[in-house]
Amino acid sequence: MLHTYSLAELSQGLEKGDFTSVALTQHYLERIKQHQEMLNCYISVCEESALAQAAAADTTRARGAATPLTGIPIAQKDLLCTAGVKTSCGSKMLDNFIAPYDAAVIERCNAAGMVMLGKTNMDEFAMGSSNENSFHGPVMNPWDIERVPGGSSGGSAAAVAARLTPCATGTDTGGSIRQPAALTGITGLKPTYGRISRYGLIAYASSLDQAGPMTQTAEDAALLLNILAGHDPRDSTCMSNPVPDYQATLNQSIKGLTIGIPEEYFTAELNSQIGDTLQVAIKELQKLGANIKPIRLPNTHLGVPVYYVIAPAEASSNLSRYDGVRYGYRCENPKDLLDLYKRTRAEGFGEEVKRRILIGTYVLSAGYYDAYYIKAQKIRRLIRNDFIEAFKEVDVILGPTSPTTAFKLGEKTTDPISMYLSDIYTINVNLAGLPGLSLPAGFVDGLPVGMQLIGKDFDEATLLKVAHQYQQVSHWHREIPNMFKGAK
Amino acid sequence: MSTMDSDKVNNIAHLARINIDATKLPEYANSLSNILHLVQQMDSLDTEGVTPMAHPLDVMQPLRSDAITEKDFSAALRKFAPRLEADLFLVPQVIE
Amino acid sequence: MEWEAVIGLEVHAQLATQTKIFSGAATAYGAAPNTQACAVDLGLPGVLPVLNAECVRMAIKFGLSTQSTIAPRSIFARKNYFYPDLPKGYQISQYEHPIVYNGYLDVLLEDDTLKRVGITRAHLEEDAGKSLHESFYNMTGLDFNRAGTALLEIVSEPDLRSAKEAVAYLKALHALVTCLNICDGNMQEGSFRCDANVSVRPKGESRLGTRTETKNVNSFRFVERAINYEIERQIQILESGGSIRQETRLFDSVKNETRPMRSKEEANDYRYFPDPDLLPVMIQQEQIDQVRETMPELPWEKQQRFQQSYGLSRYDANVLTSSQALSDYYEITLQHAGGDAKLVANWVMGDVSAFLNKHGLSIEECPVTALQLAKLLQRILDNTISGKIAKTLFEAMWAGEGDVDTLIEKKGLKQVTDNQAILAIIQQVIQESPQQLADYQAGKERLFGYFVGQVMQKTQGKANPQQVNDLLKKALSK
Repeated sequence: MLHTYSLAELSQGLEKGDFTSVALTQHYLERIKQHQEMLNCYISVCEESALAQAAAADTTRARGAATPLTGIPIAQKDLLCTAGVKTSCGSKMLDNFIAPYDAAVIERCNAAGMVMLGKTNMDEFAMGSSNENSFHGPVMNPWDIERVPGGSSGGSAAAVAARLTPCATGTDTGGSIRQPAALTGITGLKPTYGRISRYGLIAYASSLDQAGPMTQTAEDAALLLNILAGHDPRDSTCMSNPVPDYQATLNQSIKGLTIGIPEEYFTAELNSQIGDTLQVAIKELQKLGANIKPIRLPNTHLGVPVYYVIAPAEASSNLSRYDGVRYGYRCENPKDLLDLYKRTRAEGFGEEVKRRILIGTYVLSAGYYDAYYIKAQKIRRLIRNDFIEAFKEVDVILGPTSPTTAFKLGEKTTDPISMYLSDIYTINVNLAGLPGLSLPAGFVDGLPVGMQLIGKDFDEATLLKVAHQYQQVSHWHREIPNMFKGAK
Repeated sequence: MSTMDSDKVNNIAHLARINIDATKLPEYANSLSNILHLVQQMDSLDTEGVTPMAHPLDVMQPLRSDAITEKDFSAALRKFAPRLEADLFLVPQVIE
Repeated sequence: MEWEAVIGLEVHAQLATQTKIFSGAATAYGAAPNTQACAVDLGLPGVLPVLNAECVRMAIKFGLSTQSTIAPRSIFARKNYFYPDLPKGYQISQYEHPIVYNGYLDVLLEDDTLKRVGITRAHLEEDAGKSLHESFYNMTGLDFNRAGTALLEIVSEPDLRSAKEAVAYLKALHALVTCLNICDGNMQEGSFRCDANVSVRPKGESRLGTRTETKNVNSFRFVERAINYEIERQIQILESGGSIRQETRLFDSVKNETRPMRSKEEANDYRYFPDPDLLPVMIQQEQIDQVRETMPELPWEKQQRFQQSYGLSRYDANVLTSSQALSDYYEITLQHAGGDAKLVANWVMGDVSAFLNKHGLSIEECPVTALQLAKLLQRILDNTISGKIAKTLFEAMWAGEGDVDTLIEKKGLKQVTDNQAILAIIQQVIQESPQQLADYQAGKERLFGYFVGQVMQKTQGKANPQQVNDLLKKALSK
């Protein structure tokens, strides 16, 4: 039952010699073969290179040069560039693109001796909250394959939830790690903006994008963040703040810690059963000694409107480079230059991506810039100020991750706005640049419920500590969907 | 503020260099109008005197020393270029 | 009606950095296609720009030299448009908050008056790649080696009133950036490019007319021609009752005319916004002070020094300080020739410049080096040869026939050293000048020079001056 082990347990098992990395990798590759067709969570599976990496990891360990994560498999979101392995970003536009470089995240995993099982499915260019916008087709939620896993890191979330990888990376621009983590019952952390290098991460909205770990437990997230966090001179926005040992503080008590509960996160938009579930979890945290304090984040409701100006504006510019000239998809027989551009981009991008490029182009265009873009940037500051004010009185903010549990495939595809509102509780965290973590807090009708913790700038350690302490007294993160429990 | 019509969508799509089939313009106009409608909730807030925030980090641009770190990359180009001749990327003729 | 032209120039100076503005790829000119374009320059997915410190330092240098304000906080913005030579679909530039603004440059005009030309702003941006239209049928080839090369775009106020003034400003700016060592100034290679904004209005009118922007004028001569063409064209249109279209035009140096650029026909909406991949550039006073300490002698400071130390006219000093290479050539020659600043100036601005113009060479390419010229002038100064002989010798040296002394020997210009022969001539001179002899012997010792001159003339400058001196002294004292 290797796939039920957390990273910490796998690390110990490898160290004790209970199993090898090759055996572990083979186990996961078999599980992928068995379940990939049903879930569609991988875009690429790297069997050969994974086994080679695993063998190398075993050698490293035999030499006594292993790190805690050496030999542990990982699945990488398909918008992290990987030298020699296709990086499609869930798009037809890049379906033939093999980057000549590794993203910083990939480099760091490689340096730690981790084994890349494959690249995970995602909403095209990370635009979506259900993983239905992928060129490679939708991903199914392991808890109910008629439902979505959330998005955009839906492939990573489903793969971890179904134990088709012990851990994965995601990226989060408006909730793309936390919302799918919530909908699939796993732990997902979006670190502070600037905590992890964006080098080699294919940009959606550069001032919001941040990669992070998607794991079974908070402890696993801490182990992964330990290797992912840190300065990179190739990303001007990657900060050099010291990286603490996130594992070291997990077992500290949360006694006396103040957790703020924003009034605006528990309103009519929230599924009442999710609200009730979170109340139970809050009581658990109180039992662990935390103080609970109601707070206000008055501009919460403007997060989604602000986001749908800033993110598409940046995206419209970030995605201009996909023009069929230097790499990626190019339309057949362009009759002239304009035709090359227009047809390449019409054929290479999916509907949602086009929609966001158009909105972004519009809000930046002459005559609209101030009314939309500048206005959004001003409110963005007010949203951040709300958090800064709140953090004068509390250490952590707690709320739901998503207003609903996993919804049915196709349920929201015809109404983009209803899809956008899936992210009402996560988006503001990106706008403010703060760290946010989602962890499993229970089930409603057999579907996982996510609880979100929001922290101060660069205070991932406190989020991980609170989550870990909660996971010591709860079992939700240990639940595996029936179909994927496995006999072995 | 404004809503979208097919003409506007057409203009923006040209600016963004995306072909949109004429029959699909009304559909785009509709969904983009809905997004703008959502976005216009921003108008409910008075933001007079607020400094726009371009970035969550209030830090300055780091600088790189002027040293060559990149090697000849042209071999890699051949692997992904849609159309390359004599190591030049080709596009339909550009008229200046 | 009398018309007045209003001209402003936008100059793109390629900064003389080792690497690109946002990547560590090399910038050397003339490399094989796409060998100096890295992932960042090509706009590959996921890679990010990081600002080159040297570009900031160079911008500060320029700002200091033009009495500009150096922005404590400047912002990089994206200028969005689609063009095949623009890899990312946007150019990283500075828009609302340039790094340098509000300065000026004093320019010496032909009539020896100074004109102060305002510098609106100078901002950092990245260059685009190059399109090659000739080599492929119906296709354009793209070389991205130049993509990402650092540019300082220097925008002048519309203070210029004629093509000549524009050229004088452009030359002064060229002298400045090369002197600051922030740009190699090579116009053929496109390191120093100029776009001219031209409009005309009836003299006395204060409102500006509609302007056109003429791009791609890559020599001082072409700038003058393009502006004059544009002024004439606009006046003709206005006088025949038409109106000027605000447009971008291209100078065609073969047909000697400007024409509208087809690719720029549609009005652009560049959708500028702050580049989220880059943070504000902050410049502290400390850094400005550090750069100030590294400032070289500026062209106008050098010009003043040339006037004061060498006694040159303002005009001569201005010409000789128009480029670092030229002023270096002058000063090295002067130093080695030993004195006579005016003689050296006349040679450098006369024969040397004339030959360079005739052969279309720059001073850096001059086949007669400063040291060689100095040796030639030494031979004039030590009376080995006359100025006239020196001119023929210069031509021979230009043609690579050898150095001065070899040529003097080969061409039989070698000085006469035979005591008897010189004495014979001295006797002849004395006989022909009884009055001067009497005066000299009566105490007018200044007349010694007269006798020397006479002897040198009779020997066609070939007699050894020291020998002549010695022998004359003896002969005259008898």
